Amino acid sequence: MNLWREVRLVAAKDLRIEARSRVTVQQIIPFGLIVLLLFAFALDPDRGILRRVAPGLFWVTVLLAALLAVSRSFAIEADNGARDGLRLSGLDGPALFLGKAAAVAIELLALEVVLAATVVVVYGIELNTLVPLILATLAATVGVAATGTLYGVLAAGLRVRETLVPVLLLPVVAPVLLGATRAWEAAIDGIPSDAWPWVALLTVFAILFTAIGMLAFGPLLEEA
Amino acid sequence: MSDRLLKPQVSKALGWLSLAALIVLALFGLWGAPPDEVQSDAQRLMYLHVPAAWIAYLAFGVTALGSALWLWPRTRATVWDRVAGASAELGVIFTALTLVLGSLWGRPVWGVWWAWDARLVTTAVLFFLYLGYLALRRIPASPDARAKRCAIAALIAFVDVPIVHFSVNWWRTLHQQGTVFNERLDAKIHGVMAFTLWFGVLAFTLLYAYLLDRRYRLLALDEDREEREVEQAIAERVGAVS
Repeated sequence: MNLWREVRLVAAKDLRIEARSRVTVQQIIPFGLIVLLLFAFALDPDRGILRRVAPGLFWVTVLLAALLAVSRSFAIEADNGARDGLRLSGLDGPALFLGKAAAVAIELLALEVVLAATVVVVYGIELNTLVPLILATLAATVGVAATGTLYGVLAAGLRVRETLVPVLLLPVVAPVLLGATRAWEAAIDGIPSDAWPWVALLTVFAILFTAIGMLAFGPLLEEA
Repeated sequence: MSDRLLKPQVSKALGWLSLAALIVLALFGLWGAPPDEVQSDAQRLMYLHVPAAWIAYLAFGVTALGSALWLWPRTRATVWDRVAGASAELGVIFTALTLVLGSLWGRPVWGVWWAWDARLVTTAVLFFLYLGYLALRRIPASPDARAKRCAIAALIAFVDVPIVHFSVNWWRTLHQQGTVFNERLDAKIHGVMAFTLWFGVLAFTLLYAYLLDRRYRLLALDEDREEREVEQAIAERVGAVS
């Protein structure tokens, strides 16, 4: 089997489980929405702060929800020896990594569409220059999914994984939060030239951690 | 010899040497060097702050090197895993020290404990990156599994540092230019002051080497004790059965 088919196989497995269990739709997306609502409580909407900080709040929410998505992605293989099955499947580490990361990325993109629509409607912002905004979002999502999947397998099988993954993942994705937020701000302000350096940074991050993930996933899965 | 880094005599001598160096540093830092023209006595904190920051970077560099050497099949040895772990602990402590000393210095000189300056933010992220690594190290597992996991995590953190540095730099320079930090770097440095600063770096490097050796020894003894306990438990089980 070539790499591409293996990747699709693994991603389809995770997404099929997701389609049947509906954890993203019924738990992770509602979680994101309630966080956006709580931000509005914390930062009084009348003072106009929400509009100014909306990109930052959006991306913080995405990161928090991503923690849940990563946790879920590895919880589905925790029982019934499913991880042993994965190890014995004969699929290569890089393919397993890309497949699982792709599934997480697709779930995150669905979440981001819903959250972005909510931010536009509820926080009252306008998304103007769409091209840099979409590219920044895609690159950031790939970066978060890749690092998340990497730390997910690193912590899989450990009893403390739910608390360990956030502590490991959040500092590493700090540049993603920074880059994606600045890119969104620039796009909303209608200054795309300010967004491009950040899109480049997010792309470098995504490529780098996808490469590391492809190398490290196999050896880490052996120990999980 | 993998349960010791240095011979006991060498380690002891290194300990005394670093203590002596720190005393000399204290004398120079407090009395030998003249007070700064602008910052007066507050500037004396630099004799600790700068060496602490240097050691933090050195320690994380050693952690990355140890991790890489462990992952490389030809050089794989327990030594490198322990060196990486011991050095990361020192790195986190010295990073915390750097942040605290910088904060104490910032209050009288800048008027604030903390500023969202690029270097401060990068150092804070660095601190949390390796705090996570230490948390990972504390999780019990078979030595090989743990070493592999930790080595990969250390390299991920190491790769992330330049990205954090770049992004934070862009962020702060795109928005506000010419913070207090830039002016400070232009300050002329007096002969004795320069000597004290360099001597501080030397003294802290000696201290780092000594602490690394001690921490390494402690890790080795700890692992040895765990092994003995397991053996003893097995022996007791076998004894109870027969």
